[in-house]
Amino acid sequence: MNSTLTPTIRIQAADFDTAAEIAALSRGRTDIGAVVSFSGICRGGETQALTLEHYPGMAEAEIGRHAEQALSRWPLTGLTIIHRVGRIVPGEAIVLVVTASAHRQAAFHAAEFLMDYLKANAPFWKHEETAQGTTWVEAQERDDDAAARWSKTWHAP
Amino acid sequence: MKLKYFAWVRERIGKAEETVEPPAEVATVADLIAWLTQRGDEYAHAFDKPKVIRAAIDHTHVQANAAIAGAREVAFFPPMTGG
Repeated sequence: MNSTLTPTIRIQAADFDTAAEIAALSRGRTDIGAVVSFSGICRGGETQALTLEHYPGMAEAEIGRHAEQALSRWPLTGLTIIHRVGRIVPGEAIVLVVTASAHRQAAFHAAEFLMDYLKANAPFWKHEETAQGTTWVEAQERDDDAAARWSKTWHAP
Repeated sequence: MKLKYFAWVRERIGKAEETVEPPAEVATVADLIAWLTQRGDEYAHAFDKPKVIRAAIDHTHVQANAAIAGAREVAFFPPMTGG
């Protein structure tokens, strides 16, 4: 449906500016009626820092496949996905998904779909630093469940 | 073929990647895990719960019964925790 739209996908160590990314997506456009952004933030508490490892090459490919799926399921007019790697401290952003569409529903649904899929399928791993030492964060079963509910039998509104 | 390891799989094996030439009877991802497990304690430790391990062939997720014939790069890693 959106074969002409090329999503912006970046994997980077540097922090990003959410407002600037939204502005870049929507600047000069009159076909966008809704922009939804999701930011995943590093929580504090026990966590002193997270170090994100990724699989270079596959991470880009996997996010790209999810982006294409989102574009085929919803009438999006803009899409930006940024995932950070390296050491991230509490309060800093880890991931950003920005979806644009003529109407809000497609933008909301596509953003949620992308986040559920990225959490379960994109090859990134969090290594957590706490006062007690460092450990690999364990995957949550609920993340797989969240991704599964978007399976092909489910119809996009 | 090239093998790549990530997160605690990489740590347990002690290397991020290597090139191997498995014998012809090693046909699937599950066969490859079983073959690697016999190469040393570090592999046995990394693959001690094979059902937990995820695999990819040439940057695409695959199941344990996937054929490895023609694969350039096979990767092993724990369940993903990005986002």
